[in-house]
Amino acid sequence: MRYLPLTPDDRAQMLGVIGAPDIDALFKDVPAAARRKELFDLPKRAGELEVERELSGLAARNRPAGAGPFFCGAGAYRHHVPASVDHIIQRSEFLTSYTPYQPEIAQGTLQVLFEFQTQVAALTGLDVANASMYDGSTACAEAVMMAQRVTRREKAVLSGGVHPHYAAVTQTIAHAEGMHIHRLPAAIDAEAAVIDAIDADTACVVVQTPNVFGVVTDVSRIAEAAHAAGALLIVVTTEAVSYGLLKSPGEMGADVAVAEGQSIGNALNFGGPYVGLFAAREKLVRQMPGRLCGETLDADGRRGYVLTLSTREQHIRREKATSNICTNSGLCALAFTIHLSLLGEAGLRQLAALNHSRARELAGALKGTVEVLTPRFFNEIAVRVPNAAKVVEDLLADGIVAGVPYSRLDPHAGLDDVLLLAATETTTSEDIAALSAALKRRLA
Amino acid sequence: MAMSNVGRPTQPNAAASEGHTSLSGGRGLLQDEPLIFELGGWDKTGVDLDPADHDASDLGDLVRTAPIGLPGLSEPETMRHYVRLSQKNHAIDLAIYPLGSCTMKHNPRLNEKMARLPGFADLHPLQPVSTTQGALDMIDRLAHWLKTLTAMPAVAMTPKAGANGELCGLLCIRAAHEAAGQGHRRTVLVPTSAHGTNPATAAFVGYSVTEIAQTPDGRVDLADLEAKLGPDVAAIMVTNPNTCGLFERDVIEIARISHAHGAYFYCDGANFNAIVGRVAPGDLGVDAMHINLHKTFSTPHGGGGPGAGPVVLSKALAPFAPAPWIVHGSDGFDLIEEATGDAAQAFGRMCAFHGQMGMYVRAYAYMRSHGADGLRQVAEDAVLNANYIKARLSAEMTPAFPEGPCMHEALFDDAWLEGTGVTTLDFAKAMIDEGFHPMTMYFPLVVHGAMLIEPTETESKRELDRFCDTLLALARAAKTGNDIDRFAGAPYLAPLRRLDETQAARKPKLAWRPEADAPLAAE
Amino acid sequence: MRFTKDHEWVEVDGDVATVGITAYAAEQLGDVVFVETPDVGKAVKAGDGFAVVESVKAASDVYAPVSGEVVEANGALGDAPETVNAAPEAAGWFAKVKLANPSELDALMDRPAYEAYLQTL
Repeated sequence: MRYLPLTPDDRAQMLGVIGAPDIDALFKDVPAAARRKELFDLPKRAGELEVERELSGLAARNRPAGAGPFFCGAGAYRHHVPASVDHIIQRSEFLTSYTPYQPEIAQGTLQVLFEFQTQVAALTGLDVANASMYDGSTACAEAVMMAQRVTRREKAVLSGGVHPHYAAVTQTIAHAEGMHIHRLPAAIDAEAAVIDAIDADTACVVVQTPNVFGVVTDVSRIAEAAHAAGALLIVVTTEAVSYGLLKSPGEMGADVAVAEGQSIGNALNFGGPYVGLFAAREKLVRQMPGRLCGETLDADGRRGYVLTLSTREQHIRREKATSNICTNSGLCALAFTIHLSLLGEAGLRQLAALNHSRARELAGALKGTVEVLTPRFFNEIAVRVPNAAKVVEDLLADGIVAGVPYSRLDPHAGLDDVLLLAATETTTSEDIAALSAALKRRLA
Repeated sequence: MAMSNVGRPTQPNAAASEGHTSLSGGRGLLQDEPLIFELGGWDKTGVDLDPADHDASDLGDLVRTAPIGLPGLSEPETMRHYVRLSQKNHAIDLAIYPLGSCTMKHNPRLNEKMARLPGFADLHPLQPVSTTQGALDMIDRLAHWLKTLTAMPAVAMTPKAGANGELCGLLCIRAAHEAAGQGHRRTVLVPTSAHGTNPATAAFVGYSVTEIAQTPDGRVDLADLEAKLGPDVAAIMVTNPNTCGLFERDVIEIARISHAHGAYFYCDGANFNAIVGRVAPGDLGVDAMHINLHKTFSTPHGGGGPGAGPVVLSKALAPFAPAPWIVHGSDGFDLIEEATGDAAQAFGRMCAFHGQMGMYVRAYAYMRSHGADGLRQVAEDAVLNANYIKARLSAEMTPAFPEGPCMHEALFDDAWLEGTGVTTLDFAKAMIDEGFHPMTMYFPLVVHGAMLIEPTETESKRELDRFCDTLLALARAAKTGNDIDRFAGAPYLAPLRRLDETQAARKPKLAWRPEADAPLAAE
Repeated sequence: MRFTKDHEWVEVDGDVATVGITAYAAEQLGDVVFVETPDVGKAVKAGDGFAVVESVKAASDVYAPVSGEVVEANGALGDAPETVNAAPEAAGWFAKVKLANPSELDALMDRPAYEAYLQTL
């Protein structure tokens, strides 16, 4: 077997050194009733060629986003990732290492994490960021739990513009910790209703911008209202490229910013692995979840990096931990950092401007055919079409993946006529023309 | 003859290397590499993008005008920067990486290639299910393998890593108790040797944690367990094989008495790699177990993730599994994304979308490569390698549990270092100078100065011997008592010496900051 | 000065008790990197956790040796947690508590008793 270096001869010699008659002797602590004599009812070993054949066959039964006009967003975005990113993350030293427990021989990973934390703090306009979370949705739930620790209050107000999956994950996870989640009704301009829902029991207010319908909001007034009530403002972003064009959460008064970082450096991957971003004001640092990398000196006075403030973590505090993340999204964070290093400030601004421009082109092309519901958007719009789910199915016949029907995310919101459409730098004018023509035809 | 006397000397000069330092701060191939923020590329970019046809005037004052503070690099500079950094990491591909309980095994590159097929990598989680039938089929096949290998009827695929899987399992257990009118059960029993995620997860779900004692031979103390089981106990969480690297001989009895008292049996499957293909957790009475795909099924650890932690579930817990899940209908696969109708007992959702597809592809490629026969050999070789290390190192070091075989990892205590002035940490740091990654140290907590060594099945006998020879030589050096600096000052030869963690924690510096008067960006 | 088995000390001046952790505890913890002191005005009960002390490798709750109201916290520890190592039983104090029940002091050990107790550990 190609992954197993021991030969039958090696095994015999090693058993001799151990003083065991056979391999079964090493499994003698397993109760006899539980020792399976027969092989499990599964296929036997296969060579590379055979495995490749099966998986390529499965992959061929999917329609990749890049195969034609494609407009899905709603929390995952198709962007172009430079070839050098994937090359670097496949280097053995990054791919086949683990959490940097021994800093002397993990400075590569640690310096990357320090760069990542600094980049995320800069993007979000906040002071400190952690070394990544599983994804944006779990980062959102963790932020709500952090607000509970900070304020010792148990109510979270969620805007109706928060991605329904994020709301569901927060409901599941933060509720397990004793939080009461007050989710406002879904609506295009849901942010307008947030301020009235804040009261003296509110630990935090969770607002997404651009929201799930694509609407960009200045949350400054919500920040003021939250702070006046002694609550934290958590700003969620599912499209990290938007940081290159829009005012940052920190500039608008957010205490915590969480985001899905997939857009930068990472492929769509059918939903995962992705990388959650988590940033906060400095005074909250000891209540933050996740790993943190900090700068220090070695015994010879040379600068280096270590994992720090680890007393927050489960391996020390056990049942009193503020964080229960062990393995998280290291390699996805590396991809994020490399891609953002390639972009730089100029490139990110250009990329964001290009995304916004494509979305303007899309909105302009569809106006007249459908009602565009999103007044101010970054790269995603909501449009009104009767039975959006059916429209999406119908347009498949034209070779077009026409976005995400909102009802797929939130079946009971009564918004069956809302279709979410995203455009990125990968969207061409031809794609937009094809969608526009097909919609016109289908709706005629 | 036509004699030429030009050219270079061809024998090395014999100057001593002791104390030699470079003028640049680098060390030969190991470059001294600044942060990207110090490389000065404030107006540079390594991408060429089309110009935008439309401006952002429609966004008014929502537009970000202040500098962000992001440096950029050209592509060649980017390659250099990250390649230089990479060379400061230890990696499995370089040498044995014997971190106990982390299972640092070889990561086959076929798996990387498969995960990057556009049909998997360039697939959006919310595109119509009719366009993702192959992906759903792939997840379903992986689920079938996981259920078969564990002899469990159901699996929740979405948890993102081990600790996330524990959370999923305990939420299932809590939902099951509540559905049965047993919501008053608020205690979880956890052995003292457990990984910290177990009590942390239990506390997270709102349970109080009670520790179960360990017997002198490193197993769960059945009498203590029985004494602590009662009408308030929701579950026990036991790692098997446990964190001492030992199989819980009484596991079937543990399951039986737990069930008799109305508690569920959560098994931490971090060490499933020791028994895969030989023992099925379902045969042991387990109700829920997470499987770290990044351990047992070889998906790369990536410097700390991403992982994946699907949870296999017993019949009693299966109805409470979180959304989404895959069903197979007459016209192909469908994805159930919401708990309604017959599935209304699902406890919620663990993450946006459908879990770690990229990891599923890799794990499935690995399983198919090994097959039922290869996976059995995986467990056998992992256990053989660990016992070989235990046998060889016992010549100088003291195994924590000398009696009987270990499973996939060998646990030593620091009794053999007593009186030498060398600590477990010093010994581990000296291993770095010899080119090895240290083992897991000071865990499990129940063993003094613990050293937990897990070689995995992908180490050759030659590499194991090289490792054992070196550790034995180091152990003898420690015991002589006159070579203390080799340990106390180690490492000397790594990219950096020991780092000051106290300073890092007292005055946390968690991001690069510009000098007060330096320009942040080209304005 | 009086002591608890959990290695807190108490020094009483009038009806106000100054509370800290003992030199033994500071030594066992190693380098202290962070101290979380209680809010002024907080009512504490003897035996309850009322502060947290962290080293690089451990985080420990500090239990109130006496009941009462916190009247002052040692804010200087925020910037200089190392004071707990340098002067645990003086400048490294954690908080001052206005005694609610002075008789609780009777249950605590005096220094010889505490030192004898340390011998048993």
